Amino acid sequence: MARVVVDVMLKPEILDPQGRAVQGALGRLGLSGVKDVRQGKQFVIELEGDLEGDRAALMEQLAGELLSNPVIEDFRMTVEQ
Amino acid sequence: MRIGVVTFPGTLDDQDASRAVRVAGAEAVTLWHGDDDLKSVDAVVLPGGFSYGDYLRCGAISRFAPVMRALVDAANGGLPVLGICNGFQILCESHLLPGALTRNDSLHFVCRDQRLRIEDTTSMWTRDYAPGQEIVIPLKNGEGCFVANETTLDELEGEGRVIARYVDVNPNGSRRDIAGIRNARGNVVGLMPHPEHAVEPLTGPSTDGLGFFTSVLNSLVSAS
Repeated sequence: MARVVVDVMLKPEILDPQGRAVQGALGRLGLSGVKDVRQGKQFVIELEGDLEGDRAALMEQLAGELLSNPVIEDFRMTVEQ
Repeated sequence: MRIGVVTFPGTLDDQDASRAVRVAGAEAVTLWHGDDDLKSVDAVVLPGGFSYGDYLRCGAISRFAPVMRALVDAANGGLPVLGICNGFQILCESHLLPGALTRNDSLHFVCRDQRLRIEDTTSMWTRDYAPGQEIVIPLKNGEGCFVANETTLDELEGEGRVIARYVDVNPNGSRRDIAGIRNARGNVVGLMPHPEHAVEPLTGPSTDGLGFFTSVLNSLVSAS
């Protein structure tokens, strides 16, 4: 069984108002020195069998086309077999 | 003239869009997200709402609906397509238009009568307006902040592809006050505010939105 983890983050140049709101809340709750907060998403996908060949290529493609939008987001994919 | 209006699960504004089409003098044709048949319509409106609950990203799942496969091909072939609000988000996710719509910079859902300036009257959906004309139509979105990289923004400006800009207030943080854009050919337009809610004095703040629908009819007539 393969476990695929895809982390999606807004590109650095894209404003992240949610992260900014969280940053404000952290400060209000007493955490000092918060320079920046960026909020992302994580997808955990469990697959039957190993991820290899065409299926691995399709998984990578869909991480870039469906799970993330290349116009505004970067993704990182890790696979545990 | 027959104008298709697509309904996805979670679409809200298909009835108003169909009504606007009829008020403009055309026949409204219902199109279904799960059907790849465009029923030989002359143009298509992707209306507003929350297709697929806005899950994942607004428009991200709708983009892969069967109707969109047919629509992307047809749009690339010149079919006029207007995406309003969620429809604009779907057009960006489909890469028929550049950029993306992200969370409003205020983090609040914004609902107001919004003043716009029509910047480009060469598109198939804006030819009935005067260049620089100001209109007031409803705006209602939570993720209406138009973003694109600086190169893309410069290209859009340089090629006259910003079709409308917010005036007085930028309600969502959109880069360069952009409310709507078009593709290079001028047949595909995306707009965050809602012209279909401003076609009759009884229910809208104005009838300023009607021009989008009459524009496409006149564009089709002069092309035929």
